[in-house]
Amino acid sequence: MATITMARDTAEQVNTADVRRARRKQNLTGWLFISPIVVGVVAFQFFPILVSIAASLTDWNGISAPKFVGLKNFTEMFGDDPLFLQTFKNTVYFTLASIPLTIGIGLVLALLCARPIKGVAFFRTAYFAPYVTNVVAIGFVWFWFFQPDNGVINGLLSQLGISGPQWLSSSSWAMPAVIMVSVWQGIGYPMIILLAGLQGLPNEFFESAKIDGAGAWQRLRFITLPLLTPHFLFLLITQFISSFQVFGLIYVMTKGGPGHATSVYIYNIYQNAFSYGKVGYASAMAWILFVVIAAVTFLQWKLQKRWVFYS
Amino acid sequence: MRIVGKSSQYVVMSLFAVAFLAPLVWMISASLRPEAKVLSSPPKFLPTDTQWSNYGEVFDLIPVFLWNSVKLAGLNVIGILIVASMAGYAFARLRFAGRDIAFMVLLATSIIPGIAYLIPQYIVFQHIGWVDTQYPLWVPKVLTPVFATFLMRQSFLTIPNELEDAGKIDGASTFGIYWRIMLPQTKPALAAIGVFTFLESWNDLFGPLIYITSENLQTLPVALAQFQGEYFTKISLLMAGATISVVPVIAVFLFAQRYFIQGITMTGMKG
Repeated sequence: MATITMARDTAEQVNTADVRRARRKQNLTGWLFISPIVVGVVAFQFFPILVSIAASLTDWNGISAPKFVGLKNFTEMFGDDPLFLQTFKNTVYFTLASIPLTIGIGLVLALLCARPIKGVAFFRTAYFAPYVTNVVAIGFVWFWFFQPDNGVINGLLSQLGISGPQWLSSSSWAMPAVIMVSVWQGIGYPMIILLAGLQGLPNEFFESAKIDGAGAWQRLRFITLPLLTPHFLFLLITQFISSFQVFGLIYVMTKGGPGHATSVYIYNIYQNAFSYGKVGYASAMAWILFVVIAAVTFLQWKLQKRWVFYS
Repeated sequence: MRIVGKSSQYVVMSLFAVAFLAPLVWMISASLRPEAKVLSSPPKFLPTDTQWSNYGEVFDLIPVFLWNSVKLAGLNVIGILIVASMAGYAFARLRFAGRDIAFMVLLATSIIPGIAYLIPQYIVFQHIGWVDTQYPLWVPKVLTPVFATFLMRQSFLTIPNELEDAGKIDGASTFGIYWRIMLPQTKPALAAIGVFTFLESWNDLFGPLIYITSENLQTLPVALAQFQGEYFTKISLLMAGATISVVPVIAVFLFAQRYFIQGITMTGMKG
């Protein structure tokens, strides 16, 4: 397209001064159109990124002058900050538990919703509703659901003759409880992505497999799932990035407690920066998080050759 | 994919639907109960002794928070649509020096997650006196819609040249062509981005939480989270407040479902 317009320009050119003036005007117009976003990205992303890298090398409370300390923040993190390791582990726990559950149940729901069946729009909306609901409302409802004595969960469990745990006030059950809520809220997203994937699958594969006598399970295992692997890769990457940065549910449901049982990495950064005034340290923590996310994403991308199937 | 029969499929789907909707139904039903009957054993999911007065009480507490949420969502949606569509149009349809490099740099910068530079950004805002104002909740967002720009660019690229040429022959200015001829062609993309931006702004917890300290500037979700106990002394009131924070989202979702899902699949699988 560009070459065609360019050729047209050349044919029309009368003299070079006019062309130059027209080109200058073109450049100016283009840059005027993109100027808001260019100014925004430079001022609100590029510049803070540079400051952040610098801040990670300082002892700084955000108010008085920063003191350069080199890599001390980083050595402190890995050397003598037990909370750093604990919140990192909590985040890994959260991520490893929630990703397979959200994608797995999301797949089941997508398969169910992909079949032409009456009322499917209602079901799709129902499964999706928690995803658009705000995390504060969700956190509150589940907070009350998980109350040990008069909460809904233990109420239902007691109907089955089970006496439920203390949930949010138990250091071993608080994290599973938060993970359950997060999965419940997040399933809508993989469901929609996989549903879109399922609807885009070529029919011929299934027709010929049926003729060859492949059963439903075999078709799922050997045709549907391999064809969906690009979608699974996409979900793995995006879900990893978002669950590694979980914050809202933790803030509303447990505030990181009991003890530090549900304190996740971002919550730790948030406290360091905004409660303890350790801005330099929090910046360094944020960059470690960035490196981990970038490394895992890169690894997932590299490993795709082994299992992602492009038809 | 016929592993299970139709009726068992309905049973499974309904069980899931109950699991997904029950907490939301409980929230609404708790918001309609007298405080003493909110928690009960065995738990109740349908309203008993329905009373609407909780909503009256909550509405007296929250008008300012509700207005702040509406205002910020409005500013974000309108601002992002304007900035992203202008930039998307330029990147897709205009020729100018440095265009492709600028586009690559914008995309590259957006790869770094916000949390990595959130704290310096906060300090910068502190220096220019923006902390405890609402500017940090919309100005930086409106001016950095990189992904929306990318989507708008894709959308503008699909429009045939003839329309634009007709505008040029009629002597319309570049802005006139963008605004009157090209922009109306991208309605589906605009709608998808608008719905997304609304949801994101309306549900944002982190931004208002760190930037706003004055009560009268706070948004609804943070007000609910922070002032429980002080304002929302009863669970029934808290649930009424939570319901009010969810209703606009469900309404937007029902109206714009098509665009929303389109937006998700669009943002999802254009790898």
